[in-house]
Amino acid sequence: MNRRNLLATAALGLGLSFGGAAFAESHAKTKACFVYVGPIGDGGWTYQHHQGALAVQEAFGDKVEIAYQENVPEGADAERVLTQMALSGCNIIFTTSFGYMDQTNAVAAKFPDVKFEHATGYKREYPNVSTYNARFYEGRAVQGLIAGRMTKSNKIGYIASFPIPEVIMGINSYYLNAKKVNPAVELSIVWAFTWFDPAKEADAAKALIDQGVDVIASHTDSTAPLAEAAKTDGAVIGFGQASDMAEYKDGPRVSSIIDNWAPYYVKRVGALMDGTYEQADTWDGIAGGEVEIGEITDRVPAEVKAEAEALRDAIAAGTYHPFTGPIKKQDGSDWLAEGEVASDGDLLGMGFYVEGIVGDIPK
Amino acid sequence: MFGNIDPALLIAALMVNSVPIMLAATGELVVEKSGVLNLGVEGMMIMGAICGFVTAVVTGNPYLGFLGGALGAMALSAIFGFLTQVLQTNQVASGLALTLFGLGLSSLIGQSYVGIKPPATGDLPLGPLKDIPFLGEAVFGHDWMVYGSILIVAAVWWVLKYSRLGLILRAVGESHEAAHALGYKVTRIRMLAVLFGGALAGLGGAYVSLVRVPQWTDGITAGAGWIALAIVVFASWRPWRVLAGAYLFGGVSVLQLNLQAAGSVIPVEYLSMAPYLITILVLVIMSSGRGKAALAAPACLGQNFHASR
Amino acid sequence: MLRLEKRPSPSAFWEKASPFLAVILTMIAGGIMFWILGKNPFEAIRTIFWDPLFNDQFASYSRPQLLVKAAPLILIAIGLSLGFRAGVWNIGAEGQYIMGAIFCAAAGLAVYPVESRLVFPVMIVAGALGGFLWAMIPAILKTVFRTNEILVSLLLVYVAQNILAMMALGALRNPEGGGFPGSRNLSQIPAMANPELIAGTGMHWGVVAAFMAVIAGYILLQRHILGFQIKLAGQAPRAARFAGVSPARLVILCLGISGALAGLAGMFEVTGPAGQISIDFNVGYGFTAIIVAFLGRLNPVGILFAGLLMALTYIGGELAQFMLGLPSAAIQAFQGMLLFFLLATDLLTNFRIRLGQRKAA
Repeated sequence: MNRRNLLATAALGLGLSFGGAAFAESHAKTKACFVYVGPIGDGGWTYQHHQGALAVQEAFGDKVEIAYQENVPEGADAERVLTQMALSGCNIIFTTSFGYMDQTNAVAAKFPDVKFEHATGYKREYPNVSTYNARFYEGRAVQGLIAGRMTKSNKIGYIASFPIPEVIMGINSYYLNAKKVNPAVELSIVWAFTWFDPAKEADAAKALIDQGVDVIASHTDSTAPLAEAAKTDGAVIGFGQASDMAEYKDGPRVSSIIDNWAPYYVKRVGALMDGTYEQADTWDGIAGGEVEIGEITDRVPAEVKAEAEALRDAIAAGTYHPFTGPIKKQDGSDWLAEGEVASDGDLLGMGFYVEGIVGDIPK
Repeated sequence: MFGNIDPALLIAALMVNSVPIMLAATGELVVEKSGVLNLGVEGMMIMGAICGFVTAVVTGNPYLGFLGGALGAMALSAIFGFLTQVLQTNQVASGLALTLFGLGLSSLIGQSYVGIKPPATGDLPLGPLKDIPFLGEAVFGHDWMVYGSILIVAAVWWVLKYSRLGLILRAVGESHEAAHALGYKVTRIRMLAVLFGGALAGLGGAYVSLVRVPQWTDGITAGAGWIALAIVVFASWRPWRVLAGAYLFGGVSVLQLNLQAAGSVIPVEYLSMAPYLITILVLVIMSSGRGKAALAAPACLGQNFHASR
Repeated sequence: MLRLEKRPSPSAFWEKASPFLAVILTMIAGGIMFWILGKNPFEAIRTIFWDPLFNDQFASYSRPQLLVKAAPLILIAIGLSLGFRAGVWNIGAEGQYIMGAIFCAAAGLAVYPVESRLVFPVMIVAGALGGFLWAMIPAILKTVFRTNEILVSLLLVYVAQNILAMMALGALRNPEGGGFPGSRNLSQIPAMANPELIAGTGMHWGVVAAFMAVIAGYILLQRHILGFQIKLAGQAPRAARFAGVSPARLVILCLGISGALAGLAGMFEVTGPAGQISIDFNVGYGFTAIIVAFLGRLNPVGILFAGLLMALTYIGGELAQFMLGLPSAAIQAFQGMLLFFLLATDLLTNFRIRLGQRKAA
């Protein structure tokens, strides 16, 4: 019917012969492969995935072999890279960007013996495709609480990348939990329309600061917003994003959300090695260790710190959900009733602001 | 529509925003005035960013960092100069290859410098000027490179317009055959112009990694070199217009973010295109207004010269 | 001392031999770089240049992929080469590539789920039209207001990228995609897919179009009056004007053709290898194609080979990364070196290198 199927028949033979041979020889060693969308030196998203890969090596030593590829564009190039990796004898391949979704499934069809793990997607069209993601909104809730307590101007800011559910979810969680402790809080959002452009991120932070914002959260990958906040001599605080960004601990960084993929990667590769591997759809958060709250520094008063840590622990224990009703949508319509918590489906497809946020989501 | 945006803060932000592209564009202007088209600005800027960063971190001195950035980018531009001036390669292709090479090399050099903070570059103490209402906040509270870049634009303008050196440079760019016949060393002059352009691009890059965003990450210049190239054309190869172009582009970039932060009603998707569209629009108005303004490109731009005799 | 002496006519031997010399020099310089990075240089060079073509494990897959990777580069470069010959500087093929993909996807998805054999041809036309119209903006501004086309075409790339993000997030977003960005996967919709035509060859309609463009470009430059005018305008603009060549017409034609071809490249990519409109759909083909055009010396056949060589370094570079753990930055630097040497050795075609001092004239 289409290219994929045509190719599949041709490659099935390939996959079986080569894949089989590769599998036989690799009984001693398991080969875990990683596909990255950016360079491992980005200090954020890709850097953290690579830390996870290194943790796998650390955990299993000689029994695993790690291979990875950086800067793989989404689309046609990803499909080629994945196929070549499968041909080279990878037993499990982690594809670490949403944009690899269709390619991961297409290649998985051709190599039924190779396990594929796709980050942040939802398609599992073949039994050898699993998906995994992290509940970053849980970390946003903790940041929101700190922001609500710490702001003096009652203006808090958010540097957003692209208007996708993941980002909108983070904004809503941040705002709701700030508002909960500080009803007077106002949220300013700047859309940078990029994942990574340090100069632009710095400008966005500057624009927020010039508007009187004194707590900044960001959903872009660089430390530029913190660097900009550092120029205000302590008037403005912010958070580490994706990695701990510990170099700003003595400055504006009061806490952070750390993407910690290591536990998941070690678990999955381990399961593959001892034969207990099964297809899965994993969406863990603070409880599973995928979302880590970086150390809350002394710039946060002790009682606020204790409150934030209690919130973190309540989320981990499952006694609190950051999206607990009553919550209305921005247009005033009802979303969650009293005591109701958001379903995962609602969160994953989130396309609206909650009540109280000003402005429109870009379309 | 401009609501509660403080104009003084806006001017202050745009002055800082524009420094890297202004420096790189001024350098490229000199290169193009000499008749050479170097499309490798992005590659030179990022080499400047990493070399400046490494120098500043290793020596602990941000001023040496700027020097290191300029030298690093100059070394890269020397490759371009050698290829195009001595080996007579095509300038457009060599420039693009230079960008590719520079992006790769900078990332290799920078591998162990991710997540480090460089030493801070201080503000220029302008004393009482800083206390002038409005102007003090908008214009007189910056680091020394902000003023340095304006001085460089002024110096380039003066040299091109009034000095003998500028005259020779322009002669070489307008007609290398004639300049050669008059006894000027075309290749040598162009080579020096390329090196100068490299140094300024490097300063611009170092400004990004040392001041704008004091950190190193792969691809930190994120396309500023391409904007610098566009600004040279925008400026019709005139130094003061480079300054105007950089301020226009930087100003609109900063303004659109400020409008977002202030909760403007203009949809974000249009705001984020605004810097590019407004730059085009202004150039269209300028080039249609006057007869020959659009034809100001140096006549020998992009052509190689080989002294046959 | 060494000095250069211009040959009376280009050397036929060096014209063919210089690319090979360049590759050998790159292998030496690149090998040194890989050695400094602590890798086995021979293994690295073999992985980049040999394995994609002849390795038992990969070659049957990667060889056809050369065509897939090279096709958009060649298609765009052929169009650009016409303008570059005539002195029309279209630096914004990347934007035209994006707009071609958007127009084509919009045309196709507008009639979804109609299953008709007419859908694909209509999408081809829409793709070419998208690139053409986007290129007409600098063309018209140039002819009417004398606005420099380098600046306009380049800045329009950024505008196109913004429109791409808007489309992926808004108008063209897959309504069944659960709110995630990105359009429907066109390559999985039979009426819109650009499939592999013969299994295992990598040949899709975009590759066919690239070959056709090479042939058409060759005929145009060798046999057609327009090709003559283009060459004349580039070499002697004043003479061209006296010969009745209208500069405005050339600007429109050159930008229009290169825009349409870039749009077509985007169209074949979005319906085939890439599959969908997404925020990061474009990966720099429009800029790389500029290098390809000059590496091929603005000659259609040369562009064909230059495109394939670039594709080889991409695919070989990918293999070297995950087989040997070379950083992608090293591959980028390596590609840069290869280009330097290719450009530099071209010198031997047009110049002789002599020892000794220049004779008095």
